[in-house]
Amino acid sequence: MSTAPTTGGPRATPPGRRQRLLGELRLWRPLDLLGVVAAWTVGALLLLVAASLLLYMGIKGLQYVSLDLLITRPQPGADQSETGGILDPILGTLMIIAIATAIALPLAVGAALWIVEYSRPRWLARVVESGIEVIAGAPSIAIAIFGLAIFQLPIFSWASFSAADGGGVFGRSFIAAGSVMSLIALPSIFATTREALQSVPRHVREASYGLGKTKWATIRRVLLPTVKPDIATGTALGMGRIAGDTAIIVLLLGATLQLQAGSGIPGVGTLQGTGSTLTSYVYNNSPTGEGNAPEKAYAAAFVLMLLIIGLNLLVAGIGRRRAGTDLPR
Amino acid sequence: MVEFPPPVRRITPNGSPNVVDPADRQGMPEPIARATRPSYGPERLRIDGVSIHYAGTERPAVNAVTLPVRQGEVLALIGPSGCGKTTLLRSLNRLVELTPGASRQGRILLDGEDVDHLEITRLRRRVSMIFQQPNPFPMSIFDNVAYAIREQAMRRPGKAALMPRVETALRRAGLWDEVADDLGRPALRLSGGQQQRLCIARALAVEPDVLLMDEPCSALDPISTGVVEELIHELRENLAIVIVTHNLAQARRVGDHVAFMYLGDLVEYAPTEELFTRPRADRTREYVQGSFG
Ligand SMILES: Nc1ncnc2c1ncn2[C@@H]1O[C@H](COP(=O)(O)OP(=O)(O)OP(=O)(O)O)[C@@H](O)[C@H]1O
Ligand SMILES: [Mg+2]
Repeated sequence: MSTAPTTGGPRATPPGRRQRLLGELRLWRPLDLLGVVAAWTVGALLLLVAASLLLYMGIKGLQYVSLDLLITRPQPGADQSETGGILDPILGTLMIIAIATAIALPLAVGAALWIVEYSRPRWLARVVESGIEVIAGAPSIAIAIFGLAIFQLPIFSWASFSAADGGGVFGRSFIAAGSVMSLIALPSIFATTREALQSVPRHVREASYGLGKTKWATIRRVLLPTVKPDIATGTALGMGRIAGDTAIIVLLLGATLQLQAGSGIPGVGTLQGTGSTLTSYVYNNSPTGEGNAPEKAYAAAFVLMLLIIGLNLLVAGIGRRRAGTDLPR
Repeated sequence: MVEFPPPVRRITPNGSPNVVDPADRQGMPEPIARATRPSYGPERLRIDGVSIHYAGTERPAVNAVTLPVRQGEVLALIGPSGCGKTTLLRSLNRLVELTPGASRQGRILLDGEDVDHLEITRLRRRVSMIFQQPNPFPMSIFDNVAYAIREQAMRRPGKAALMPRVETALRRAGLWDEVADDLGRPALRLSGGQQQRLCIARALAVEPDVLLMDEPCSALDPISTGVVEELIHELRENLAIVIVTHNLAQARRVGDHVAFMYLGDLVEYAPTEELFTRPRADRTREYVQGSFG
């Protein structure tokens, strides 16, 4: 590094970037400098962790993933070669996502609309808002235990299967896990919808009211279409969280590898029954669990990561699409 | 106390408003001839001792204002910033009620009927409003206008059924020729001036009796301003129009009567030329001669 004046020399014009940077650095206070160095270090470390995770999962996953694995059902077996594929966990994950989203979406959007557009009575609005905040902050294992207690109540006997002698309710089923899982997605859908509604300028609402439209018409025809991309973003984020949650699955779906109908009614029986998801499959087959199929656990984890990355890309795509059709804010 | 002079028919030779700052006229179309100006029709809207308070403020934002609005005339509201023009305008279709803590005293009569006794959605269709900022909805051009037309019925009329009325509204707002080839375009992709004319089309589509315009040209370039002003001239034959403007030259060009407000009070109400050339109140003179505000 040269300390020579920047005038003259072969690379003098324009003054080298490095020189400029050094000049700038000299103006900084020591504390600022420390901050910048720390930020860079942390950033680089995080990047390293993320990159090695992706690399590790990618190598392990690609090694074991095959089409065959994706479309065959898992089998109990002592040896990895006998344990079949991960079709049921994939279906299970998709089913849980579908059930939980179907419940969370209307609830979250409804709550956000009510809080932003009506907010009356005030105290109740505040209670609901902090309630959702509490759910957002609660560890999913706590939510899971609470959910299990609920779904083992006799009035929920229709949601899972009961002991043959009319005794205890099992409390574990796709209905139970999906319903409780909706609490995991609800806060993110609620938050993005609420923020989007709050950022719709007042004059857009007034334009609608000024045309003699009712509040409901305004919500349905103006506000909801306006915030639709945000709702989609929140939903995709929520789906990612659902796909990745293990605690609720382990406690509320049980640990049968295959889908197992809870009653003879076609379709409904499956919902009342138990099964597995990618997360519980990884948990049960990982080397640290009772795992007897670590390779398949890697493959399943890889598929799960792809699913979640896909959902995140979807979010990014929605974000990009909305640029241009956005409201002036 | 303000008295209301009887409606006078102004005859200006070849219609050009006198003394207009040349700088103000730059890029504007020639003043619209006023020789064919219609006579004023019946009184449509009466503002009767209206005061409006906002919560947490001592002074009323609008203080005991009484004004008539007649069919076939344009009433221009002028006054320095914060004098209550927007507040008064928003009270005429009861939009002011949307502001928490705002309260109104006094009566507003639409064709002799107290607006408080009218159904609010009905009132707002009869007294339509155009805002300072163009505020089209984030939907297509067609849907912006169609939304205004559609009644809150369970059965919604289809696109084909609405097309004639959408076209009429867009034609009246002078936008049809520019957008006819692609009505499915998002309204937010239009230029600011086009957006404002779309908002005018939307407001006209409900076939109002009174049109309220709050500084409709403040976000527009001189050309678009000229287009909108011309539109106002054409529209006033069938509607009563109230326009708020900061632009004195504009008030003079489009207004038939001008009301000057100051700190919530109505200081002076007079036929346009009279107010600009022979103002009775000192404040009005100071304001129109540009020494404050
Ligand atoms: N939502 C509100 N809450 C409280 N006070 C308000 C509110 N809106 C307006 N005001 C007050 O009422 C008075 C009149 O405001 P208004 O917007 O009617 O003025 P204006 O004449 O339209 O001004 P401008 O020319 O700047 O648009 C102002 O003093 C303003 O501060
Ligand atoms: Mg204003």
